[in-house]
Amino acid sequence: MELLKLENITVSFTFPEGTVTVLDNINFTVNERDFLALLGPSGSGKSTLLRIIAGLIKPNKGKVYFKGEEIKDINPGVAMVFQNFALFPWLTVLENVELGLKAKGLPPEERRKKATEAIDLIGLDGFENAYPKELSGGMRQRVGFARALVMEPDILLLDEPFSALDVLTAENLRNDLIELWIEKRIPTKAIILVTHSIEEAVYMADRIILLSKDPGRMIKEIRIDLPHWRDKKSQEFLEIVDEIYSTLTGKPLEKILWKEKRHIQIPEASVGSITGLVELVNDLEGKADIYKLGEELLMDVEDLLPIVEACELLGFAEVKEGDLILTEAGKKFAEADVLERKEIFKTLAIEKVPFLKQIVKVLQSKSNHKVPRAFFLDLLRKNLTPKEAERQLDTLIDWGRYAELFEYDDDKDELYLPETSELINLYSEA
Amino acid sequence: MPRLIWSPVKYRKFSIGDIIILLFIGSIIYSIATLNTIYSKPTQQIDLDLSPLKLPLYAILSLIRMIFAYIISLIFTIVYAYAAAYKKNLEKILIPLLDIFQSIPVLSFLPPVFMAVISLFPGSKIGLEITSIILIFTGQVWNMVFSFYQSLISIPRDLREAAKLLKLNPWQRFWNLELPYAAIGLIWNSMMSWAGGWFFLMACEMFTLTNQNFVLPGIGSYLSFSAIKGDLTKIFYGLFTLIIVIILLDQLVWRPLLAWGQKFKIEFIQDEETYESRVLLWYRRSRIFEFIKNHISDPLKERLNQFFVRYYTEKVLKTQNTPILPKIFNIIVSTFIGLLILRGAFGLLNLLIKLPISAWIEIINAGILTLLRVSLAVIIALLWTLPLGVKIGMNPKLSKIFQPIVQIVASIPATAIFPVIVMYLLNLPGGLNLASIILMLLGTQWYLLFNIIAGGMSIPKDLIEVAKLLKLNRKEQWKILILPSILPYLVTGGITAMGGAFNASIVSEYIEFQNKVIKIKGLGALITEASSTGNNALLAGSTITMAIMVVTINRLFWKRLFKKSEELLS
Repeated sequence: MELLKLENITVSFTFPEGTVTVLDNINFTVNERDFLALLGPSGSGKSTLLRIIAGLIKPNKGKVYFKGEEIKDINPGVAMVFQNFALFPWLTVLENVELGLKAKGLPPEERRKKATEAIDLIGLDGFENAYPKELSGGMRQRVGFARALVMEPDILLLDEPFSALDVLTAENLRNDLIELWIEKRIPTKAIILVTHSIEEAVYMADRIILLSKDPGRMIKEIRIDLPHWRDKKSQEFLEIVDEIYSTLTGKPLEKILWKEKRHIQIPEASVGSITGLVELVNDLEGKADIYKLGEELLMDVEDLLPIVEACELLGFAEVKEGDLILTEAGKKFAEADVLERKEIFKTLAIEKVPFLKQIVKVLQSKSNHKVPRAFFLDLLRKNLTPKEAERQLDTLIDWGRYAELFEYDDDKDELYLPETSELINLYSEA
Repeated sequence: MPRLIWSPVKYRKFSIGDIIILLFIGSIIYSIATLNTIYSKPTQQIDLDLSPLKLPLYAILSLIRMIFAYIISLIFTIVYAYAAAYKKNLEKILIPLLDIFQSIPVLSFLPPVFMAVISLFPGSKIGLEITSIILIFTGQVWNMVFSFYQSLISIPRDLREAAKLLKLNPWQRFWNLELPYAAIGLIWNSMMSWAGGWFFLMACEMFTLTNQNFVLPGIGSYLSFSAIKGDLTKIFYGLFTLIIVIILLDQLVWRPLLAWGQKFKIEFIQDEETYESRVLLWYRRSRIFEFIKNHISDPLKERLNQFFVRYYTEKVLKTQNTPILPKIFNIIVSTFIGLLILRGAFGLLNLLIKLPISAWIEIINAGILTLLRVSLAVIIALLWTLPLGVKIGMNPKLSKIFQPIVQIVASIPATAIFPVIVMYLLNLPGGLNLASIILMLLGTQWYLLFNIIAGGMSIPKDLIEVAKLLKLNRKEQWKILILPSILPYLVTGGITAMGGAFNASIVSEYIEFQNKVIKIKGLGALITEASSTGNNALLAGSTITMAIMVVTINRLFWKRLFKKSEELLS
């Protein structure tokens, strides 16, 4: 039976500099007994999407239906578990769990009974009168779950509920939730999980919707028919993970479009992490599975992807079927000494990143070789949100400084050419 | 101690809104003051029994006044801050307005408040009492409003979302989210407000208006009267009683409240400063409290909860079809406020036009003199609070010992010992000038000290260790480590201290002592004199000048410094 339906959901924010689309034309339905994961890098609007389902945010376009009725205020059939728990610190565990029942106007005895049941169910008995600050992170999130479950929602919304916990605690809580779910010990009819962890999504969900970033679009929907409990080391599991990885690292449509517009946005990766990754892959005979790399480095896709993209952009490596393979340039870079590295990086950066070239040109054209940061920020803002522009410029400065293309004065907020350096001839290869 | 008083994080530039508001206030002063001429009938001269045996009674009377004023302050705080935080169009007016209200000394509120109250309760003692209570209220409410407003707008997004998804109604949201979140700031600011209340109590219990003296029996008037008679022994008795009251309040009310308030801390990390109170433990174990909780407050809370659940469910059903009502209400309120402002602007203009150029010159001269005194007081305060505050703040042992002591000393109103100081300094050359600066200093140095201690406590321990390892000498330590770290606290303290010193000028530049009026040229003296002789034009002119001075200094000097320090630390 259909529980929830999203129709043409579009969200955009308007800044003085222009409009930014966060979510673009999202459509899907959630049926009874669905465990759906929304998976995507940061900036894919997945948390925003969850808040639209909850009725906390109104989309600019599109409609949300719950059991066939359009949602105009808070969705009556949902409860949510938050990334950072969102518990009321001044209420005890019991009071926190009771709060929603109190809002419904239930009498005290009934409230207490239901809350105690939820607390027992989630394994918090004995802590009823403790304050959240007395509990560990894992226990706090259990309170978060109890508070949501006691409302007996049709749809349980989970906003990265495990990401603020340590590895073991998170695993423990995940398994407890799956147990409650598959054994039908909770009346919840569907679960929607927002996450950026591919493994978490594949481990828990039956359906995964992959979202791209800037703007968030649905790029793929994957069904997972593996029965619970799933073995993370099994061939099938790893294949699905690999498939998702290559979808996310593949080039989505909008990237190609950007190139056509000569829009120059570079992945937000520091030179240090690019160097680190290239060295690591070189040590692994020039080829590595991205998913395993992430696991080994204890990094999320979110953090790893920009570095991979940067390696690709600079021509250090290529992505093929979920593997990262070093190119000749990449190998040369990995084996070079510090000065040679800078030379290689400089040549490639100037070639592949037009905006870096533009910065140097502007600096050279000024008689004092100094240009305030704000000038470049304004240029970037034509195509990006103010925040993105800031981050973009920070990355550009990091790259440019490393390549010794220019210097940066943090106190004065200005870029400048060091006086001793000779002018780089930018036109030689053009 | 958190940075609580005026955290100037959210500040806008001086705008047209500010000017409108200046006009607005002036207009209120004017419109009610015109009633002056109608109602100025002579009231009988009241004498005060100065027998020390009466002191406990007086103390209680004063306490009752303070409590009433505080309750009104709380209600006002909640209404005003709510409106400012949730009505975007009102926020633009209400917040700058706060800034200005805070810079107006209590005596400037006297004529309008008095005339309005007396017109409601002609010739009765109740009228006098209400006047006094409202005066105390005007001295203590503003920082509370600001604190509550700041809390309301900084409630974390996920807590707000959780409250929405749990479908808390406004009543439940207030008790479970907003008030608890604001509690700690509100408790600290209530303490500040009470200290401020004691400071101006003498002025609020005994005042002169259009050359008539009004006295209300209380500890403030006891002190004022003793000063007028020049009776040092009586002053001592009064002061002694006052100190006992303050210590009792500190131990029985504020300490337990602070300790209790710990549970409203939002961060989940362990904090080094904890407030303990044995008295709180007593209260918690008290039978009466338990009885009240189990048989009165808990059932009452439950009833109210059920009532509001029903009320809001019905309301939602009713208003679903008529969303126009709130809009109409909004329009009516806005129009009303707009009309008031217009009326006020006109009235104020009328009043100010009456002031001759010579009076304006006098006001400006007086303003410069007062500014000099205030600056001197703040500089002197800085000279001793900076080294001491940092030393206390950076040393947890010292701060544990000194904080409670400093807090009690700070809450003893300097106005009470002022007559004694004056007596000794009067015969020196420039005596009252010196005394005036000393009073400002006594009244406001604590704001600086508190904030600097808080700043010292906020310096990260690892940075202190690094400084030691690098063997930085004293000068380098101050330059590199200490000053940058405490600058935001320093600015917060500075704003409050300077504003407080300006306000204190009304009692420090003009005093009655041994049946003589002693005054020096200054804006405070001008305000006090204008208020007591009923010269409303002069009162309006000098009050507005003071408000403009305080607000301008805050925005042009302190807030820039604050911004600078924020940039430095980010």
